Amino acid sequence: MATTAVPHAPAAPAAPRGLWSWITTTDHKRIGVLYGVSAFIFFLIGGLEALVMRLQLGAPGASVVSAEFYNQLFTMHGTTMVFLAIMPLSAAFFNFIIPLQIGARDVAFPRLNAFSYWVFLLGALFMNASFLVGPLFGADALSVAPNGGWFGYANLTSPQYSPGPNIDFWVLGLQILGVASLAAGFNFITTIINMRAPGMSLMRMPVFTWMSFVTQFLIITAFPVITIGLVFLMFDRLFGTTFYNVAAGGDVLLWQHLFWLFGHPEVYILILPAMGIVSEVLPTFSRKPLFGYAVVVYSGVLIGIVGWGVWAHHMFSTGLGPIADSVFSASTMLIAVPTGVKIFNWIATMWGGRLEFRTPMLFAIGFISMFIIGGLSGVMHSSPPADLQQTDTYFVVAHFHYVLFGGALLGLFAGIYYWWPKVFGRTLREGPGKWHFWLMLLGMNLTFFPMHFSGLLGMPRRIYTYGADLGLDTFNLISTIGALLTGVGLLVFMYNVWASRSQPAAGKNPWNAATLEWAIASPPPVYNFAVLPTVSSRLPLWTEGGATPIPDTPPEPVHVPGGSYWPLVTALGIVIMAIGALMHRALVPSLLTGIAGAAVVVVGIYRWAFEPFEV
Amino acid sequence: MSHAATAHHTSTGLDNRKIAFWTFIGSECLLFGSLIATYLVYEGRSVAGPTTHEILNIPLTTISTFDLLMSSLAMVLALAAVHRGDKVWARVWLATTAGLGTIFLGFQVYEFQHFVHEGLGFTTNLFGSTFFTLTGFHGAHVLVGVLWLTTLLVRSFQGKLGPDKALNVEIAGLYWHFVDVVWIVIFTVVYLIQTTPLPTA
Repeated sequence: MATTAVPHAPAAPAAPRGLWSWITTTDHKRIGVLYGVSAFIFFLIGGLEALVMRLQLGAPGASVVSAEFYNQLFTMHGTTMVFLAIMPLSAAFFNFIIPLQIGARDVAFPRLNAFSYWVFLLGALFMNASFLVGPLFGADALSVAPNGGWFGYANLTSPQYSPGPNIDFWVLGLQILGVASLAAGFNFITTIINMRAPGMSLMRMPVFTWMSFVTQFLIITAFPVITIGLVFLMFDRLFGTTFYNVAAGGDVLLWQHLFWLFGHPEVYILILPAMGIVSEVLPTFSRKPLFGYAVVVYSGVLIGIVGWGVWAHHMFSTGLGPIADSVFSASTMLIAVPTGVKIFNWIATMWGGRLEFRTPMLFAIGFISMFIIGGLSGVMHSSPPADLQQTDTYFVVAHFHYVLFGGALLGLFAGIYYWWPKVFGRTLREGPGKWHFWLMLLGMNLTFFPMHFSGLLGMPRRIYTYGADLGLDTFNLISTIGALLTGVGLLVFMYNVWASRSQPAAGKNPWNAATLEWAIASPPPVYNFAVLPTVSSRLPLWTEGGATPIPDTPPEPVHVPGGSYWPLVTALGIVIMAIGALMHRALVPSLLTGIAGAAVVVVGIYRWAFEPFEV
Repeated sequence: MSHAATAHHTSTGLDNRKIAFWTFIGSECLLFGSLIATYLVYEGRSVAGPTTHEILNIPLTTISTFDLLMSSLAMVLALAAVHRGDKVWARVWLATTAGLGTIFLGFQVYEFQHFVHEGLGFTTNLFGSTFFTLTGFHGAHVLVGVLWLTTLLVRSFQGKLGPDKALNVEIAGLYWHFVDVVWIVIFTVVYLIQTTPLPTA
């Protein structure tokens, strides 16, 4: 509509084109797209790993893969889905949506944002390269990928039991990825605190932004803890220290504490953004404001706080003693309360609403139902005696897949369908979208529901096969069929993406939603808002005069920061340092590579700091 | 020029960099918290080699602690000088801060090589591993601080550190004071409050 009677040329430069413009981009929207595309590719890789595992487990005594390769598959499946798929998919939404929802032109530190992305991408490639580079270590391909589980328990991962380079890839890769998450955490906290449009008070912020805000605090507090745990493990492996060596007085439980001190907040890092997404989708398609906005926000904050006090429920079977068991059991039951509060608020939002069952809404409702199932089995193993029966069985696998697949992932797909028209200017089709939803819902339930039974029948996690006489065949076969069905659902989604090219332009606000990102063009112009709006309502587009009008073209020139490649250079330096550490079996080349990487980092940071770049 | 006014509008009126830096410091607290907690958990669990009482030199480290505390004073004075546009004293105090930091690092290098000479290496026992990791992480932070302060000093000599750049110095100061405070904690829990039982012999 801006094209009809524009009296003058747009005052801001059009978006630059070409590969170089993507490599040097500091635009939060482009970085969001980069995060989304990369994370989706890693999601496919992680999904492929899961499918191969399910094929191996489809029948008793199968030999699709070896036990050794199976260890690598489940380790990389877990690590990939947590760190390379769900977290960066959430980051894609943080990047694209938060500045638009709060009425900002970009994040607080655009170059730091690019740095986060490049560190993530290079760290992810570093970790996955382990599948291919076996020959460089005198081994076969597909033999040196991480194989100690996504939790990397010492002393299984200590040098005496994992002498190969497998765990080195994991220890170093996770440290790299931590840098990316931490940098993004500082960036988004600052953005949300400090870059809100006039009138956008904290309690007017959309719930997605609020939940992302809580998530960033969890990231910047949880990641340093695992970093230290990883540093100890790295020192044990590289230099022969004895942090996790019992014979030298060390304690393997130290690793578990440091890991789960991170690991449980991490669970909320994965789920809170999805909770934020459904809190946007449900009101839009119920045509009603979110029920109990303030309570939903406070519940999210409470989840973030209590989420720090439940980590040892992952360690009941280590024998922490009755006091620790009781405290962590109680805190774990307690954290179900704010979660339940949210669920009731979502249901009350739909209650009496004019429901429109569009694809994002279906995924949001799917999220609520599946998350309830996962939450209930979670409350079951908050009780230590029950947990001792369930831990390390497929019951736990069923639980956390209901939370992470049925919860986080369905929530993220709700977000993908919901914001797709904002990001790409075209709506995904409803028909394939509904096929995608139902296939995935059916597939995931077929996959994961039988695991409750196979788990309670005693099938242990992480086992590469099982005997024909254990009564596990049928459950496992159903799980495998379900996994294939889920894969078909994903193919339908990819078809939908491809087919969306011929969809008509979506316009500014195809869903008639209430928040600020729907007040501007789809896809948004490079400067986002021609004029920064003044906000006077929590639902600016559903309230008369909720936000000052935003013209389609800027009335005066808008400054758009240029690109920079120094964030990429700095990220490269970090990965070169990690490659140096990976080569620790050859001292001199390792040291030289490490020093070279450090030099690249130093040069990158100085050039970054002193290049002309006006935000 | 009106875009400059909107571009630099912030919700709190504080500069973005300052808020980001405080969140960074919050994150660093957890980093050092994990290191210190590990040191305390493992204290007294070494099965061989020298431990705290036999090797830690409190008088010597008191001097280096005092040196680092004084560097924080110099940092405050450096920021005040930059604020009032006093180039000479800004340089003096920035150089003093960086110099005192370098002296602290010198003490640490001396201490480390002395310990190794006494038979306490990085991998000798749990005390060695936890001690060198904790104080080494802190020393690395001091080193980064010294490089940062030196960079500011160079900028000052280039004439690019006027009162309009005071925030750059203030943030470096935040970092420096934080690293100083961490050392106060380390000095207290590692050197002053030793819980390793005295050797019975």
